[in-house]
Amino acid sequence: MADYLPHTDAEIAEMLGFLGLDSLDALFATVPAAVRLAGGLDLDAGLTEPDVLFEFTQLVERNRAVGAGFVCFAGAGAYDHEIPPVVRALSSRSEFVTAYTPYQPEVAQGVLQAIFEFQTMVARLSGLPIANASLYDGAASLVEALNVATGATGRQRVLVSSGVHPHWRGAATTFARGTGHAVEVVPLLDGQTDWGSIAAGEPVAAVVLAQPNWLGCLEEVAHARALADAHGALLIVCSDPVAAGVLHAPGSQGADIVVGEGQALGTRLGFGGPYLGLFSCSRDQVRRLPGRLVGETVDIEGTRAYVTTLRAREQDIRREKATSNVCTNQTLMAVTAAIQLSWLGPKGLAEVATRSAQGAHFCFSQLAVLQGVRPATSAPFLREFAVVTDAAADTVLARLADEGFLGGVAAASMAGEEDGSLSAGTASNTIVIAVTERRTRAEIEAFATAFGKAAR
Amino acid sequence: MSAPGGKASSAPLLGHDAEPTIFELSVRERSAYQLRTTNVPATPLGELVDERFLRGEPVALPEVSERDLVAHFTRLSHRQFSVDLGSYPLGSCTMKYNPKVCDEIAGLAGLADVHPATPPGLSQGWLELMADLERELCAITGMHAATLQPAAGAAGELTGLLLMRAFHEANGERRTKVVIPDSAHGTNPASVTLGGYEVVTIPSDEHGLVDLEALRAVLDTDVAGIMLTNPNTAGLFEEEIEEIAKAVHDVGGLLYYDGANLNAILGVVRPGDMGFDIVHMNLHKTFATPHGGGGPGAGPVAVAERLSEFLPGPIARRTGDDSFGWVTPARSIGRIHSWHGNALVLARAHAYLRLHGADGLLRVAQRAVLNANWLRVRLADTYPAAYDRPCMHEVVFTATKLKKDHGVRALDVAKRLLEEGFHAPTVYFPLIVDEALMVEPTETESPQTLEALAAALERIAEQAARDPEGAKAAPRTTPVRRLDEARAARHLVATEDDRAPLEA
Repeated sequence: MADYLPHTDAEIAEMLGFLGLDSLDALFATVPAAVRLAGGLDLDAGLTEPDVLFEFTQLVERNRAVGAGFVCFAGAGAYDHEIPPVVRALSSRSEFVTAYTPYQPEVAQGVLQAIFEFQTMVARLSGLPIANASLYDGAASLVEALNVATGATGRQRVLVSSGVHPHWRGAATTFARGTGHAVEVVPLLDGQTDWGSIAAGEPVAAVVLAQPNWLGCLEEVAHARALADAHGALLIVCSDPVAAGVLHAPGSQGADIVVGEGQALGTRLGFGGPYLGLFSCSRDQVRRLPGRLVGETVDIEGTRAYVTTLRAREQDIRREKATSNVCTNQTLMAVTAAIQLSWLGPKGLAEVATRSAQGAHFCFSQLAVLQGVRPATSAPFLREFAVVTDAAADTVLARLADEGFLGGVAAASMAGEEDGSLSAGTASNTIVIAVTERRTRAEIEAFATAFGKAAR
Repeated sequence: MSAPGGKASSAPLLGHDAEPTIFELSVRERSAYQLRTTNVPATPLGELVDERFLRGEPVALPEVSERDLVAHFTRLSHRQFSVDLGSYPLGSCTMKYNPKVCDEIAGLAGLADVHPATPPGLSQGWLELMADLERELCAITGMHAATLQPAAGAAGELTGLLLMRAFHEANGERRTKVVIPDSAHGTNPASVTLGGYEVVTIPSDEHGLVDLEALRAVLDTDVAGIMLTNPNTAGLFEEEIEEIAKAVHDVGGLLYYDGANLNAILGVVRPGDMGFDIVHMNLHKTFATPHGGGGPGAGPVAVAERLSEFLPGPIARRTGDDSFGWVTPARSIGRIHSWHGNALVLARAHAYLRLHGADGLLRVAQRAVLNANWLRVRLADTYPAAYDRPCMHEVVFTATKLKKDHGVRALDVAKRLLEEGFHAPTVYFPLIVDEALMVEPTETESPQTLEALAAALERIAEQAARDPEGAKAAPRTTPVRRLDEARAARHLVATEDDRAPLEA
């Protein structure tokens, strides 16, 4: 039994005596006897730290972590980019890790300034002037963006490209049960959104596009902007922050709101969380902004300082009229992203994106010539692409795992057997493959060799 | 009395100079990054992707050396209060000590370097961990099944409301209202709105508890349910919970348990036994996963059997003697997270539960309640509790007397306490208490720390009487002093680029 409680028995007795109580149980006199738990919780007895550590070292044997023995070619929203020791060291400082929301700014300037710097970096990445202090993940950012757009337009219909990550689309549909939004998913045609397929209907609040989309394909943002203009709708772009290191900033292409998944900025794969929801918007929407925003000000002596601001939007003040219910966010991941982006700098981020693209295109050229493998689309791509294999995707990936590769993501495992992003009848045979700057030529060539055997 | 581990020096280590931003430290062409040598053909990007997709200039990020990067963020960390530094009695947030072994576990490559789309056959350890955690959380709450996807308490609340909606709709009912006491956290009403329901607020009685008659007066078949925190935000146990549950169930409504204050009742009483149907937990509060400066948290939602089929999916479940798979409930409301929830936070919570077990969790609740009551009685003469009765894990004091007699408000007490080396309590919440100072010491603070905190609060009260202007001038020893918050909102500078002169 482990214990992190400081009280000695003598101290407990003294404190109970001070309260005029004869037992710890007497502290719970206001709990009605009829609902009290008899017999204690149905859990094992507590263990010591070494026992628990040992238990976990056994448990993790049943996971295959990516690394030299399981080379990662999977992406689909979670990427194996470089995270250097300096970023891990700084982001694990306990002053950042064990603080909470900066309610007392006089003793929270560290987190507040780091968030201010993070907001600046996200705003510059997106090409929009305002970025918030983070949301839970990419899916949450999309859901909040839809709430902003429907609130701004007073409309309920949103057109979401099926190039948007399938899980994000899923979350948007789930939360629409409460908000009443009509989420209309627009199919891809050869890897790019087929906006022409939209039926006439109710006025549109938002047009949503992913750049690159979840199959890795680059989209024509201008087409989505034109559609949004035609409907008087807002344009929401789901932007990958690493790709944004070399692609046009969505804000410069007319996006009103840019959301994204920030995991690639210094956060470990971690089986999907905690990740980092990125959210930026135009000044028009700042009063509808979800979550926290840090602003600069001065203290009473005129010293520069930072504080959470425009708080009247938030749930603890506005309650049922708040723009969002978010309270706890992902600050530690935001601080981490600020550190990672400072480590990379302008050249580093561009180089990561460029080298990833070089690796992906080299990998694509190796796979495209294999028998039993064909490209899923002919669309342009950056660091991720999809292929269709003769053998079922699950089978191919199982064979690749035996050869030491996490060979990609089975499209059907994410999007189901029928999805507007995939050509009819191909879902079960489609694999989405990502290549980051961490993949060497030797790894890619070995992967291609294994793929050739696995694909048929 | 000395205060082991209890007090922090809130003065910055090296004087009062403001830290420049990382952009101000930036020097053109300086860099820190190093990447793998890959030997991948370095084809120019413009030959791989049409130039029309590509930005002309790189993103204007900071350009610093690794040494400058380390110095900057280390100096920022020195301008930040934290649990590891000192006592953090921030009411309603359960700022207990976070065991370091849980950090170690969450950093294991076998957890932290697993891709979320890894096929289940190759991530059995993760699925087993999640299945075990679901079972543990159900045992603690008296529920049947749980989703681990919600990333924080508010996400759990909204998930719970969507489950409520799905349940009623499956019964062919379109209920429109959700009842909330006026003492509730702001996330409750905000979540209700996003869940598509109308908020009906009921007043608290003179003891700070749900007014049963006021509740009965608003209950009808339009009510989808009630959201309650128990113990409530005044730190008091709702003694009439059985009657409340019966009244709500009698009109076909459901009871939602906001787990913000679950720490008080671990092993003592379970929400399921009180009649609750849906429960969210804040793993970052109750189960000691670090708060991360504002997140990440995790807000799993557990439900009674009749709501299980609606849970978000997929859920990790045992599928054989020693095998686990993903299962999506039959009438699932759908996915609510990009992947499987804040997985590494879940791993920390599971480790905490294995460390404590049934016996340890009961001790946690007992000592949390002991500490809060000791402070309540210790300070009774100087800071009367808002409600004169035994509290649970936290106590809400009121500074109305200090304000009336000396013009020193709860906010001033909070700021003055920063000078004393403690984090401030939560102030002006719950809204039903004037000049509220909500103190949650948590079970990991020693009697010496509690005495030091009480002594500091007494010194503040003495100063308020003797030198009110001095008390109101606090804090003076912190990295910055009181801020001009109105200016921050009026002239919004939310990025480095906003510093350019603003239009009038």
